[in-house]
Amino acid sequence: MWKLLRYLKDYKKETALAPLFKMLEASFELLVPLVMAAIIDVGIAKGDSPYIIKMCLVMIALGIIGLVCSITAQFFSAKAAVGFSTKLRRALFAHIESLSFSEMDKLGTSTLITRMTSDINQAQSGVNLVLRLFLRSPFIVIGAMVMAFTVDVKAAMIFVVTIPLLCIVVFGVMFISIPLYKKVQAGLDKVLGITRENLTGVRVIRAFAKEDEELEYFKENNEELTRLQMFVGRISSLMNPITYVIINAATVALIYQGALRVNVGDLTQGEVVALVNYMSQILVELVKLANLIITVTKAIACGNRIQTVFDMKPSFVREDFAKLVENGGHDGKSSKDKFDKLIKAADSSPYILEFDNVGLTYKDSKEEALTDINIKVKSGETIGVIGGTGSGKSSLVHMIPRFYDATRGEVRFHGVNVKELPLEELRNHIGIVMQKAVLFKGSIAENLRWGKQDATEEEMWEALKVSQAEEFVKTKEGQLEFEIAQGGKNLSGGQRQRMTIARAVVKKPEILIMDDSASALDYATDLKLRQAVAGMKQKITTFIVSQRASSIKDADRIVVLDDGLICGYGTHDELLDNCEIYKEIYDSQFKKKEVREVR
Amino acid sequence: MADKKEEGRNKNSSANSATVKKVWQYLKHYRLYLILSIALATVVVVFQLYIPILIGDAVDCILGPNEVRFEGEGGLFSIMKTMIVVIGVAAVCQWIMNICNNKITYNTIRDVRTQAFEKIEILPLKYIDGHSYGEIVSRVIADVDQFADGLLMGFTQFFTGVMTIACTLLFMLSVNVTITLVVVVVTPVSLLVAGFIAKKTYTMFHLQSETRGEQTALIDEMVGNQKVVQAFGHEDEALFKFDEINARLADCSLKAIFYSSITNPATRFVNNLVYTGVGFVGALYAVAGGISVGQLTCFLSYANQYTKPFNEISGVVTELQNALACAARIFELIEEEPQTPEKEAAVVFEEPDGRVKLSDVNFSYVPDKLLITDFNLKVEKGQRVAIVGPTGCGKTTLINLLMRFYDVNSGTIEMGAANEKLKLANGNIMRVSEGAMTDIRNMTRESLRTSYGMVLQETWLREGTIRDNIVMGKPDATDEEVLNAAKASHAHSFIKRLPKGYDTIINEEGGSLSQGQKQLLCITRVMLSLPPMLILDEATSSIDTRTEHYIQRAFAKMMNGRTSFIVAHRLSTIQEADVILVMKDGNVIEQGNHESLLKENGFYAELYNSQFAG
Repeated sequence: MWKLLRYLKDYKKETALAPLFKMLEASFELLVPLVMAAIIDVGIAKGDSPYIIKMCLVMIALGIIGLVCSITAQFFSAKAAVGFSTKLRRALFAHIESLSFSEMDKLGTSTLITRMTSDINQAQSGVNLVLRLFLRSPFIVIGAMVMAFTVDVKAAMIFVVTIPLLCIVVFGVMFISIPLYKKVQAGLDKVLGITRENLTGVRVIRAFAKEDEELEYFKENNEELTRLQMFVGRISSLMNPITYVIINAATVALIYQGALRVNVGDLTQGEVVALVNYMSQILVELVKLANLIITVTKAIACGNRIQTVFDMKPSFVREDFAKLVENGGHDGKSSKDKFDKLIKAADSSPYILEFDNVGLTYKDSKEEALTDINIKVKSGETIGVIGGTGSGKSSLVHMIPRFYDATRGEVRFHGVNVKELPLEELRNHIGIVMQKAVLFKGSIAENLRWGKQDATEEEMWEALKVSQAEEFVKTKEGQLEFEIAQGGKNLSGGQRQRMTIARAVVKKPEILIMDDSASALDYATDLKLRQAVAGMKQKITTFIVSQRASSIKDADRIVVLDDGLICGYGTHDELLDNCEIYKEIYDSQFKKKEVREVR
Repeated sequence: MADKKEEGRNKNSSANSATVKKVWQYLKHYRLYLILSIALATVVVVFQLYIPILIGDAVDCILGPNEVRFEGEGGLFSIMKTMIVVIGVAAVCQWIMNICNNKITYNTIRDVRTQAFEKIEILPLKYIDGHSYGEIVSRVIADVDQFADGLLMGFTQFFTGVMTIACTLLFMLSVNVTITLVVVVVTPVSLLVAGFIAKKTYTMFHLQSETRGEQTALIDEMVGNQKVVQAFGHEDEALFKFDEINARLADCSLKAIFYSSITNPATRFVNNLVYTGVGFVGALYAVAGGISVGQLTCFLSYANQYTKPFNEISGVVTELQNALACAARIFELIEEEPQTPEKEAAVVFEEPDGRVKLSDVNFSYVPDKLLITDFNLKVEKGQRVAIVGPTGCGKTTLINLLMRFYDVNSGTIEMGAANEKLKLANGNIMRVSEGAMTDIRNMTRESLRTSYGMVLQETWLREGTIRDNIVMGKPDATDEEVLNAAKASHAHSFIKRLPKGYDTIINEEGGSLSQGQKQLLCITRVMLSLPPMLILDEATSSIDTRTEHYIQRAFAKMMNGRTSFIVAHRLSTIQEADVILVMKDGNVIEQGNHESLLKENGFYAELYNSQFAG
């Protein structure tokens, strides 16, 4: 949490002034009982009405000054807290955007979204409250005691005893009950879990006729939760009565002590009243302080969670983006130059892409997901990738745009190790269509411009034509300007897939990767799509990942993966003869009899 | 317009009073605690308010040097003694009251939750399928908490608040009428100020939450689809857009927070005015000899306390309304129509022989949209029925009917028994003629459902050990039986490699298990209880080829000799099936075996050609 406070550094002035003004307000508040004492001792005792009026005006003046101070403090603290959260939010967003796939896999997107939203909001209110109250409450408690000393030292000793006692009770109850509340929360989570389980598994539970046992199980846990709640409740219900007794006992003691001192003439009646007033101010502030501590603990927990995201360092840095985050802009030229220079220098390679003895081990995994991958691809070739789930098909193609880096061996683009190329430029040369068809809120044109920012309408239509999306886009109202809802909900699965393909095609990439991205298309459309990609003016090297043998059987070469190993590499006919697994896959999808007929 | 509002309010209040009546059904078990709590609250309020008067009296005993009255009636010592007693009694009463309130609150929560859960267990699936899990869970958990906390705490606070106001007024009036008027007239100003600020800040908060929503949507989109964002190098644009929204958010957040944080200082200022006003009028009175200094002190502390219950009550009212709304939502769940209760003379169907007959079945999920019409099917002992159709065609509908998760609208589903003597739930024995069939609505649900072994595509595992999950259908299974079942389903090889083998604890989502492994566990579960009939969903899209192979073998083993209904995806299963049901848009449109259906050249032929013939 403390590391996060650096986002407050632009608000040093506000951070200092807010508590200061709060303290000023508190000081004026502390003066009120003294003024009242003066009214009693001077005004009433001497029957001096003008004095009373004067003193009342003083009290009103004190109130107004207090109000002004307090509002000023609120303003500064709000400004500091909001500024803090704004900067923090931006930094966190930029940080998350720069995380690579491995880190994203580890953290999970839903966690990150919570960090970005509710956690930061909690941290913001934590900062706000601390600035407002953390100095004020202790100041009033201590201040009341100090004021008591100025009134009368002997009577003030009662404050010296009372305050620590109150602190012990208030904070003691708090510290005892906080861990207990955590237990209650765990109990509640359990009850919640059982309820959820019974809903998600309702069919299984009823199929096994387990309703009665489930109810018993629920009752047991519910009872346990109630027991815990009662226990905690009993402890925290002690707080009010005990603090009440302490404060009032102290008041009785004050009156007694005051009476003795007044009797000998060391103290006046008004001063006794002032002391009693100070005593009652203390309790209110202590309770506020206890609540504040709870809020702050929560805020710190949130802050720590946020910090863990910051602690997650991206495994490689996009220099351009880092510059943008720092300075607010970049021209993108430097990395392009670097990219071109590197490619030029390695001109000798006849291959556009090479996998040289590549192995990939995911973070926190012991075994390699891919082992000993050797593939050489010439420009313009079409490569099919096939294999069972979990065989490493996606992992293989994800290494091309460096979503994951090879942990062994080298992936080379035009003869240059992809790790040496500037990330953003490398990705500019590669178009990828992912398994999950993701579209963004905005018009069709806006979505297509993800591929190429300055794409003309003509280019867009061309891409839509290739991806077999032209037809359905033409039926949409506004065509290219048709608004896609968040997540592309207003398009069908097949339409979404074709849109994501168009988005990659509009880029006119050197390498086009289609990662099982035609699964929602019917066979005929799938075929037309592949033919259209092959027929594009520009020479494109294509990777087609698929579970359908039909999608890849016409590829120049086919990679057959099994459990992270290449178990076959060649053309369809070669593989049918020499790769058992390929044959098995093929046969399971094409009925044997008919296959014979086709061949 | 005004009339309408009024009408709405009336409707609301009558609904509210109905809810309150239902709440009382739960509370009345604890009515002794409730009465005690109210009585104690009264004592606490009166005693707590009596203290300032005593302090005032005490101050009046302390006039000046040698003018302090210690002894005697109304002397300092007797006042102090009274104070100690009053303090003690008030504290003890408050403590007992708190405990009473705890008891009422937590026990009510428990009772309501148990009732709600009991209802969940007997709700028709129609309700559960029609509501999101999150919604039902939040009713049982969050709403119940809100309701109990809000209602009981709200009630106590409301009660003590009103008591405090009334008592304070009485005490003040008994001392001095004019000063009381000062307090009564000026105090509401602080409420007005607070209300005024709240109204003004409402728009700011509204704007803030709107902007927050906009930002969350962006975060959701960009972070949720980070991989695509990065693949297209879209981070820059994302950040630009984020910055723009973030700046707007900063602006309206600052306004919202600042304006709302004025409330406290402003009301405090008004309270100071009240305090000063009381001090001023009181002091003038005191000079004129109208009241004593002690009485003035007493007034001052009343003035300090008087506004608090007002602020609390205004908060409590919204909380109470909220609590009632929560309560209404829970009662809605608790009062939901349960599934048709079992007949007293329902058949305990123990020995099905595997025959199933569906006659003239009509079914629909929504009343006016008939899904299955006049469906007839006769399945003989040991036959395999394959259900095929495109995704989303409603293959589960049939399973829902067979398992009686849903009841048919008309027509019957019957099952044949191996024995002519049927046991009834009331202990009697019913004789039937040989080959007679029993309507599943005349059976106990338990016996009907346990006749089937069911493996669905969505694997469901519960939190617990692997063994707990396996023995679900046969809690008394021996270790050996479990082991054999796991071996038969090919699950044993992965289970034994888990850190604690069969005692490995898995969570609801199955934790580190792969989809295929979860599926194998579910199969093991059925393998262990081995019921006479099977319902299987062989969807294996997310399973690797090797595991799929195992699952197929396990399925084949189970189906041997058992009547099975299979949601089929594999050509071999479909071809080997005795009956193929072709479903489309929720309805069975064709029925027959592979050859006859191909000959028919209808939807099945089309499906077959597009999917399997390449």
